Amino acid sequence: MSDIAERVKKIVVDHLGVEESKVVENASFIDDLGADSLDTVELVMAFEEEFGVEIPDDAAEKILSVKDAIDFIKANAAA
Amino acid sequence: MRRVVVTGLGMVTPLGVGHTLNWERLISATSGIRGITGFDASDLASKVAGQVPRGTGEGDFDADTFVSPKDQRKMDDFILFAIAAAQEAIKDSGWIPQTDEERERTGVMVGSGIGGLPGIADGAVTLNEKGPRRLSPFFIPACLINLASGHISIQHGFKGPNHAVVTACSTGAHAIGDAARLIMWDDADVMVAGGTEAAVSRLGVGGFAAMRALSTGFNDTPEKASRPYDKDRDGFVIGEGAGVVVLEELEHAKRRGATIYAEVVGYGMSGDAHHISAPAEDGNGGFRAMKAALKRAGLNPSDIDYVNAHGTSTPLGDEIELGAVKRLFGDAMDNLAMSSTKSAIGHLLGAAGAVEAIYSIKAINHGIVPPTLNLENPSESCLGVNLVPKVAQERRVRAALSNSFGFGGTNASLVFKEFA
Repeated sequence: MSDIAERVKKIVVDHLGVEESKVVENASFIDDLGADSLDTVELVMAFEEEFGVEIPDDAAEKILSVKDAIDFIKANAAA
Repeated sequence: MRRVVVTGLGMVTPLGVGHTLNWERLISATSGIRGITGFDASDLASKVAGQVPRGTGEGDFDADTFVSPKDQRKMDDFILFAIAAAQEAIKDSGWIPQTDEERERTGVMVGSGIGGLPGIADGAVTLNEKGPRRLSPFFIPACLINLASGHISIQHGFKGPNHAVVTACSTGAHAIGDAARLIMWDDADVMVAGGTEAAVSRLGVGGFAAMRALSTGFNDTPEKASRPYDKDRDGFVIGEGAGVVVLEELEHAKRRGATIYAEVVGYGMSGDAHHISAPAEDGNGGFRAMKAALKRAGLNPSDIDYVNAHGTSTPLGDEIELGAVKRLFGDAMDNLAMSSTKSAIGHLLGAAGAVEAIYSIKAINHGIVPPTLNLENPSESCLGVNLVPKVAQERRVRAALSNSFGFGGTNASLVFKEFA
């Protein structure tokens, strides 16, 4: 499970070009990590690729923080 | 009419990054043409190109210097090159607006002939292989031509006119001429203007090769491939890069003690109304563009010491341009130096007019005209014309004219004059 959290954080670090220390679980992509709306779309795509899940648009709109992403993937990724 | 001068220069070309280094390499007869690297060219008819040298050595292009790795994913190379050239030109000019009004009086007009062709090619593959949900949200803004101007304005906070020219191989010249007019008309005091291109890709080379426009006979000797006016020329060599200048209203430049490289005195435009890619045989389009530029400048042909030719190294185009220059200049040909710097860097398409404008300005500043490389056996029509074969020449250049002609029959000529 912690493996999922680490992989999510690595994607966020790579895509948003932010320091690893800032990517804590309750960090908001837009408010804390400097993402814009297009960045968040790209992030969701990266999560889909990494974890082999499909994240529908209505679910993607609710993934606003690192924790949101980890929770969604834990609940939906294939074991 | 308000007068417009050039106060900043910036460039990224196959000869490297930076206008000082470019000039040193250009006048020492260095070629930036190499065998194509970075993608498979084995099945392409033309395997040579003027590619921007990448790396961290002297004059190499290192994208990280200009844009963070995170943001590089949001832009195709034509935008990266434009940002780099603009950063140099703006720094060179020393213009850093301090007030909102100053920012609102500073605009950007950087165009491109083709824009994000490599990005569009990749996007099409993604669409076909993986479907629309895998298209990046940055695909469109990374490829849109006016996003070069957009990024430059965002990076520097320039809130004046934000515009982009798209006139194929005349783009860079039109952008500088049109931006100068925006200043003349008082729409802005300072304009960052130029052209950028990065279409050296499988789709770009394949497309131009399909038109039979590219050199194919020098794949084993790339440095010999671009040879304007030479009997053995067999098509243009595709190139990439960007040229950007800072244009400024004369009194504005004087007040802040800016270095003035030259004055933009002439700009002429015309259309061939003839063919989608071939120039009209009589050269009338180029002739009228040059004539209009001289008229606007209030100069006679005998006042022009140097012509930077469009001279792409195609069998037809070079002769037609030379014929037009001869008709316009008449007896003034005796004292004229005319060269094609595409012999050293290839044809930078939408960036060509801006890069060549900068070379023309440097010719004025340094009293040196750059050479036409590989001009070993000039065509008969070249007899008696000083095409500056192979070696640069020292001579005073009071004023220089730079020609750019594009597909669709679009022609632009710029005239720069020494600023005394």
